[in-house]
Amino acid sequence: MNPNSPTRGAAIDLQNVSKAYGSFRALDGVSLHVEPGEFMTLLGPSGSGKTTTLNVVAGFTEVSSGALQVGGRSVVGVPAHKRNIGVVFQHYALFPHMTVGKNVAYPLSLRGVSKAERERRVAQALDMVKMRDFAHRYPSELSGGQQQRVAFARAIVFDPPLLLMDEPLGALDKKLREWLQLEIKRIHRELGTTFVYVTHDQEEALVLSDRIAVFNKGRIEQVGTGRELYDEPKTLFVGRFIGDSTVLRGQARSDGTSTALDVAGQTVTVPRRLDGSDTPVVLLRPEKLAIRRPGQMADTHNRLSGTIAEAIYLGSGSKYEVRLRDGSSAIVRSGLSEEGFRIDDPVELCFAGQDAKLLADDKSADATLT
Amino acid sequence: MSTSDTRSDSGAASRARRNWGPLALALPALLLLVGVIGYPLFTVVLRSLSQPEWGLQNYIWFFGTPVNLVVLQRTFTISAWVTLVCVVAAYPYAYAMTAVGPKARLLLTLCVLIPFWVSGVVRTLAWVILLQDSGVINSTLRALDLGRLRLIRTQTGVVIGMAQVLLPFMILPLYSVMKGIDLRLVQASRSLGASPLRAFFTVYLPLSLPGVYAGAIIVFILALGFYITPALLGGPRSTMLSTLVQNQVLSLLQWGRGGAMGVVLLLATFILLALAGPLMRQKHKQGARS
Ligand SMILES: Nc1ncnc2c1ncn2[C@@H]1O[C@H](COP(=O)(O)OP(=O)(O)OP(=O)(O)O)[C@@H](O)[C@H]1O
Ligand SMILES: [Mg+2]
Repeated sequence: MNPNSPTRGAAIDLQNVSKAYGSFRALDGVSLHVEPGEFMTLLGPSGSGKTTTLNVVAGFTEVSSGALQVGGRSVVGVPAHKRNIGVVFQHYALFPHMTVGKNVAYPLSLRGVSKAERERRVAQALDMVKMRDFAHRYPSELSGGQQQRVAFARAIVFDPPLLLMDEPLGALDKKLREWLQLEIKRIHRELGTTFVYVTHDQEEALVLSDRIAVFNKGRIEQVGTGRELYDEPKTLFVGRFIGDSTVLRGQARSDGTSTALDVAGQTVTVPRRLDGSDTPVVLLRPEKLAIRRPGQMADTHNRLSGTIAEAIYLGSGSKYEVRLRDGSSAIVRSGLSEEGFRIDDPVELCFAGQDAKLLADDKSADATLT
Repeated sequence: MSTSDTRSDSGAASRARRNWGPLALALPALLLLVGVIGYPLFTVVLRSLSQPEWGLQNYIWFFGTPVNLVVLQRTFTISAWVTLVCVVAAYPYAYAMTAVGPKARLLLTLCVLIPFWVSGVVRTLAWVILLQDSGVINSTLRALDLGRLRLIRTQTGVVIGMAQVLLPFMILPLYSVMKGIDLRLVQASRSLGASPLRAFFTVYLPLSLPGVYAGAIIVFILALGFYITPALLGGPRSTMLSTLVQNQVLSLLQWGRGGAMGVVLLLATFILLALAGPLMRQKHKQGARS
């Protein structure tokens, strides 16, 4: 990208970036490309390297190895204050000794913007987050959500081509969070700035993002739209981290084109096979599983029996956790029109082989997620 | 106190009425303060107005005698210098205490506290040894052929000696404020475009100012009443007010005049505290954050 072009968002390019603390690799060969103006979310469990990635881009942490470009230029070795990147922190980081207005004017004062222009832009930024009436208050006189909106205004007031946000809504309650998510989405549309957003809440990631990068143990497992990650997870970790899922494990037999899995005496067949020597597992989304009373099942190959372990009424339908014979559990969703089940009811689940994903087993995915 | 007391928290008013318990705990200290400070203070004020006879004669004498005013002014000047030296020396030291690891911090804290365990007289005598014309500093300078510094019996000597004694009173409040400063704010200011120096002056320094004010007020007020150090390290041209008071009371037995001097110093201190009040209030506003 030409850095002088009128596009407002900057592209980001991380190539094989690693960050080591002693012998521990907080980032282990991360490569990620973010398009100008894109809303990219870094999603992953605690300690997976999301903040470290953000800090590397912001310039708070130097990379141990790898290349990093923002807006087409390498920023390795460039100090944070020369990168012109807006950052919003989970802990707000408003200056307690300055009023809201002074806080938002701060980056403009540093850039020598004239007083009149400064006032205009501060008012504009505060308008954008609906905080104009609070300009004369001190941060200590604001609620958490209000503080975060001010922090947001402060991070965008100097028109950075890139805005980084590290769990900005993490400390807020659910209602407020959902409302602010929509606000953030709106502002992203209005500004055209590139947003990189960190969260460990997959729903938040799905609501906000153009694309999501799923982090696990200092690596990126997969990058894609929410739909891609849900429908076509490349690893078991991604499949389990995004949305509800059922994982079937068992003795596997593969022939040329399909794989059969023996799940506690019942065989399921998937018309796919894994390359390589990894142990295959089957991953199923709740809506791909049908749930019936035993014996009512239409004739299909893939049939699993179990008992209802948990029944959750969702309003639009019900969600069941079914204990399978091998002790593992399956998640099923059923529509309103279908009959209800109660705890301990015996049931049968069935699915079409082509609806199942065949993935390489990764026992550590269970450990990180539970 | 019964358990129902703590549970039926029906409002500040009823709590205030009932909570005499904690006050009883403060009673010994209160009695001590009233007896040991309040009563003598009262007699000092009384004597300044009544000896040798009732009236304002002692105050008229104080403000009518040029040397008194010179010494009063000098007392304030020396105290201001001492405060300045303490701020400059203590600021980086206190910052270092927040920045180093726990072991080094312990060492730095010990260095601050050790002087507390040595009597002021002993420390001042040590300064005499260092500062005198044939002392360590001057013999070193002579050995290096750098001439000679007049330190003993000068104002400079007094300031150095007093600053050393008072330094802990500056370091400790500064440190306690600095260790509460959220360094992530500095990081935030960097991301907003502040160079390390700008970040310091626009964020860290303002946030540390309450500590500077607190330390400066303590040091300044303690310095105003200093006696031993100026008496031992100073000469006739660096006499401070406390020396004059001692002279009036112990040598001339002029209790009234000595009392008037004490009262003047006390009032000056009160005025200073009143002026510093707004600064302290500002600190509370900042401190109230989350
Ligand atoms: N300064 C540091 N020294 C040593 N290890 C560190 C340092 N900073 C981070 N780490 C380690 O690097 C790993 C990644 O940390 P990071 O903060 O990026 O995680 P995260 O994905 O943001 O997690 P969370 O969701 O909990 O914020 C963690 O295991 C953490 O302990
Ligand atoms: Mg983090």
